[in-house]
Amino acid sequence: MKTEVTPPSDDVIIRFENVTKKFGDITVLDELNFEVRRGEKVTIIGPSGSGKSTVLRILMTLENIQDGVIWVAGKPLWHELKNGQFVDPSETHLRAMRKEMGMVFQQFNLFPHMTVKRNVTEAPIHVLGLSKEKANKRAEEYLELVGLSDQADKFPSQLSGGQQQRVAIARALAMQPNILLFDEPTSALDPELVGEVLSVIQRLSKKHDLTILLVTHEMQFAKEISDRVCFFDKGKIVEDGSPEQLFVDPQEERTKAFLSNFIVHSNGH
Amino acid sequence: MDWMNYSGPLLSGAWVTIKLTIYSSIFGTLIAFIFGVGKLSENWFIKAFSVAFIEVFRGTSLLVQLFWLFFALPVLGQAIGIDLRLPPVVAGTLALSLNIGAYGAEVVRGAIQAVPASQLEAAKALDFTPRQTMWRISVPQAIPEMMPSFGNLAVQNLKDTALVSLISLGDLAFRAEQIRNFTQDSTTIYTLLLFMYFGMALVLTAFMKVLERMTGRWRAGRS
Amino acid sequence: MLFGYAWDTSSNWAFAVSILPILLRGLIVTIQATLLGFVVAAVLGLILAGLKSVRFKIISWPARFLTEFIRDTPLLVQLFFLYYVLPEYGLVLPAFLTGALALGVQYSAYTSEVYRAGIESITRGQTEAAHALDLSPLRTFGIVILPQAIPRIVPALGNYLVSIMKDVPILSVVSVLEVLNVAKIIGDRTFNYMVPLSMVGGLYLILTLVAAWGVRYLDTRLPKQGIPLR
Repeated sequence: MKTEVTPPSDDVIIRFENVTKKFGDITVLDELNFEVRRGEKVTIIGPSGSGKSTVLRILMTLENIQDGVIWVAGKPLWHELKNGQFVDPSETHLRAMRKEMGMVFQQFNLFPHMTVKRNVTEAPIHVLGLSKEKANKRAEEYLELVGLSDQADKFPSQLSGGQQQRVAIARALAMQPNILLFDEPTSALDPELVGEVLSVIQRLSKKHDLTILLVTHEMQFAKEISDRVCFFDKGKIVEDGSPEQLFVDPQEERTKAFLSNFIVHSNGH
Repeated sequence: MDWMNYSGPLLSGAWVTIKLTIYSSIFGTLIAFIFGVGKLSENWFIKAFSVAFIEVFRGTSLLVQLFWLFFALPVLGQAIGIDLRLPPVVAGTLALSLNIGAYGAEVVRGAIQAVPASQLEAAKALDFTPRQTMWRISVPQAIPEMMPSFGNLAVQNLKDTALVSLISLGDLAFRAEQIRNFTQDSTTIYTLLLFMYFGMALVLTAFMKVLERMTGRWRAGRS
Repeated sequence: MLFGYAWDTSSNWAFAVSILPILLRGLIVTIQATLLGFVVAAVLGLILAGLKSVRFKIISWPARFLTEFIRDTPLLVQLFFLYYVLPEYGLVLPAFLTGALALGVQYSAYTSEVYRAGIESITRGQTEAAHALDLSPLRTFGIVILPQAIPRIVPALGNYLVSIMKDVPILSVVSVLEVLNVAKIIGDRTFNYMVPLSMVGGLYLILTLVAAWGVRYLDTRLPKQGIPLR
């Protein structure tokens, strides 16, 4: 446990400091140190069990940590600062921190009993306290962005997987978070539906103020939109660099071994 | 076989039975949700109270509960100085509601727990409070899951109403018994009675099936 | 004075202690009625299930109608029916037996469903495999299907045993001296209903918990894949 508390500088929006996460006896994150700058688009790749999804889930407060400190937007995430000391977080603190982040899940997790529009407006109204008119306007805006304005009154069960995932993205965006977390957003989709979701994420990657953490197996896509790629293995970052560095000229053996499973073209498309 | 003479009192008795069923079903559903959600509460006191209620009213016989409310409660009232004598209709409706509510609570609890954890995660990611998650996300999705069991409980409730005749409440069974005492024509009366209950049960089952379909509309999905 | 025991009305506590033996006498009748009713339900249910699965609609449809009819009508009315109507056709049974019969009939509708569901839940593949091995239908049922169905059927039947026990007080309307009836008689004579009725509630809670524990224990003792045959 640190006795000295040094919050990161203003342009670092996420920082993991010696973070350890265990599930029972299994160590999933092993004294992880990791930083993300405001507006950065970071892709996390690695074999299953490497801890990449866990990083996102911890940020979204779906999992807690056993050791270390996580800073989000200058405040500790899984701790509260009281008189310069770290204490366990209260529910109020966690709720406030959650508003910094939005998450898109592999299985979309849309609310099946609500229409598309309601899925997108429910949280803005009942969590952010927006009026119905304002929330509806926001929903229209974001549904337009993901190309699903005409499906607003449909139920999730009436949509394809790709459409559902795009609604999920609109739903996360409607909360206007500073950080958007994508947990293998296209892994559950039929191949022909992957493209429509990726093009939405690509559009989002053009937004300068939005920080994106993307966990994916779509290497080609990762190369195109990321500022930075991190290769995770066994709970630690093995290699971390620009897409050109990592995909074209990986330094570590493990990185090379992992990437040999994928074909990434060096000149884009 | 004086059908005409029987029909008057029998129909008025049937009407009492129907009203009893409706009131106790509505009240029972309310109780089922309160204690079903209560059993899932993080608050130890609420949870313990809910568990206790469910165990007591599921673990003891309905007739025992009915007699207790009608005969024993007034005695308790005397001891503490309040008039707790319940008219038969109150004791009957209350006993039926509490009983069916306890069984319903377990159905509610099971259905809520069957909502996938991924839904709860999505709700958490959107920063809903636990209470909002329960009432806006979990319960609405749990309701279609509950309906088949609620259908069975509704019919059980209808059958249970016959017991209130034992505290002299003028329901269908009571009227039938009155007629039988008068005419001694057991076979006709009881056969008629059985078919009347059967008819009511069929209508109730059909109604519950319609309700089941209505609440499950969003499950329809792509063709 | 009841069953030879006198009660002590000096205080509620003394009263409770003094009527306990009387209530326990009633409880014995309750347990007897439960067990007998259960046996009748189990046997009748088996017959009903068998009739329902017969290929000839002329047998299976009336059986299915009968099951539905029994399920949708109150036990109380069925009891009255048997108690008053049977003698008119020459069959006079003591109240206790009529009561147990009524319980058995009512619950046979449920047990027949348990049998049917339990057997149908054994995958079709089992019957096909047995057929491929040229086992006779009787052998298929007795050696392949039944041992696998039993671990699913027994706990469900156990739960109905507990339900039957909770319905036994209804027999009090034909003067069967089960525990609730006994308590009510004590109350009628002493005007103190609260103590005896509360005690009955308590006794029932204990019985239910013990029975539920017993059913759960039985469930753990039965292997999920079926009764092992060497």
